[in-house]
Amino acid sequence: MTAVHDAASVYMVENVLLIAIRDNITDTDIIGLQEELSERIVVEGARGIVIDIAALEIVDTFVGRILAQLSAIGHLLGAETYTVGMQPAVAMTLVELGMDFSGSRTALSLSHALRALKAKGLA
Amino acid sequence: MTSGPDGPVARVELRGERDIAAARLAVTRAMNGMGARTLIRVRFVTAVSEIVRNAIMHGKGGELTVHVSADAREIRVCCIDSGPGIEDIDRALQDGFSTARSLGKGLGGARRLVDRFDIASAPGAGTRIEMTSRL
Amino acid sequence: MTSSTIAEVLSIIEEEYDETLAAWFRTQRQEGVRRPDLFSNAEAENQLGQLLRAFVDGARRADLDRPINLEDEAWTLLRDTLREVTKNRLERGVSPTEMTTMVLALKHPLYTRLRKRLAGDPDRLVEEITQLSRAMDAFAMQINEDFLAERDQIIERQRQEMMELSTPVVQLWERVLTIPLIGTLDSARAQEVMENLLNSIVEHRAEVVIVDITGVRVVDTQVAQHLLRTAAAVRLMGAEAIISGISPKIAQTMVELGVDVGEVTTRPSIRAALRDAFVKVGFEIRRTDDSRA
Repeated sequence: MTAVHDAASVYMVENVLLIAIRDNITDTDIIGLQEELSERIVVEGARGIVIDIAALEIVDTFVGRILAQLSAIGHLLGAETYTVGMQPAVAMTLVELGMDFSGSRTALSLSHALRALKAKGLA
Repeated sequence: MTSGPDGPVARVELRGERDIAAARLAVTRAMNGMGARTLIRVRFVTAVSEIVRNAIMHGKGGELTVHVSADAREIRVCCIDSGPGIEDIDRALQDGFSTARSLGKGLGGARRLVDRFDIASAPGAGTRIEMTSRL
Repeated sequence: MTSSTIAEVLSIIEEEYDETLAAWFRTQRQEGVRRPDLFSNAEAENQLGQLLRAFVDGARRADLDRPINLEDEAWTLLRDTLREVTKNRLERGVSPTEMTTMVLALKHPLYTRLRKRLAGDPDRLVEEITQLSRAMDAFAMQINEDFLAERDQIIERQRQEMMELSTPVVQLWERVLTIPLIGTLDSARAQEVMENLLNSIVEHRAEVVIVDITGVRVVDTQVAQHLLRTAAAVRLMGAEAIISGISPKIAQTMVELGVDVGEVTTRPSIRAALRDAFVKVGFEIRRTDDSRA
């Protein structure tokens, strides 16, 4: 519905908040995104969140931490978060960095995430 | 892209958070020019991202230089900051340690992602980190 | 832009083109680098002709007072031609020494003719020979670089192929992949396996991956860590990993070593793992004929 940032596109579709993060996102942007999303989850009554990181070639510990935080925040606000589109090299690097995202869910793609959310009655 | 045998192919001033992306781009370009494989490039640039962020957030800014070996098979970066320095380097390299909220995991992780990792730091003397990876 | 210092060489090539080419040919044969087994007369003549013409082209454009650098714009045609011929020869099995000797064999016919033409002008003779030598040295270095670059590419290609052959990922069913690991699993191989596997997950849009370790000889802490890291990476991408082939002995070893698999599913056999995988992707296996039960 609305894309607000340069750094990410945010859409609301059937109770699910979809966020596609762009590659050139800065630290400030991503923290701003976290704040904005927290608001929107409540305002829109979203039960599901899908964060698409297919465009991110590099995910370091900072970005990784924010992504994990987004899941935790979503959970507290009653929504389930799926991270999708992680590139293989990014996955391997994150494992080596010791980040395992154990709190968040991941799915192969947007359609996989939506299917999972629908199955749980959240979309 | 030319690189003198000892001169850097790129030099990035590290002042604000936008320079993190600039540093990543500079190293990515250098490694693409060397024909580096995706995985090796992603690992090295991620490590660069870690140390550069540290330099900017905790090191009061500094400079990153990028060097390509004469045979174009090795990439090396040198990151110097003029910050307060790290008191206990060994502890800083362990995962989870942090003097400020986000120093945890960064340096130790970066070290695992590259072939060679050298760090020199002392309280009041800033920090200098050199990382090298072979393609 | 002057070519005055090898003006004589250039005029030799232009005026006695055919003879020079033929003499170059002959010298190669004498030095044993002609390789008629790999290249027909026509092919070899074609290559030599191209190189000769490219040399003249470059020499006319370049500033020969400065050290010859084949990376200069002026030598583009020669550089490209040399690279192409080198690549072609390498592909057919010519060694770098043979290639270099072949190209340097051009010196002999040129020296011979230079000496004849400049017999009465020793200073000019020395100058022309010096410049020609410099040019030939630059060719030799370029050839070596091209060979190395070409060889690196071949090695990289072979490495990829070996990686794919030695760690084949098999699609067992829709959305179910399996990778049977065989032999030892050191850090380097583990990384290759992981990379191959993750790329396959994207390619096949697989939801479940069965990593079978029946063929892995030794399962120690290191191997267990590699496996768990692989499972973690698979999960990060949104798929699930099942580790199969855990024998009773391995299970005991892992417990003794204190290995904690966490949430990773493990099964003793591929069959058990496959059953799980089918459930996860929404399939059911039923016997069609009760009489065979």
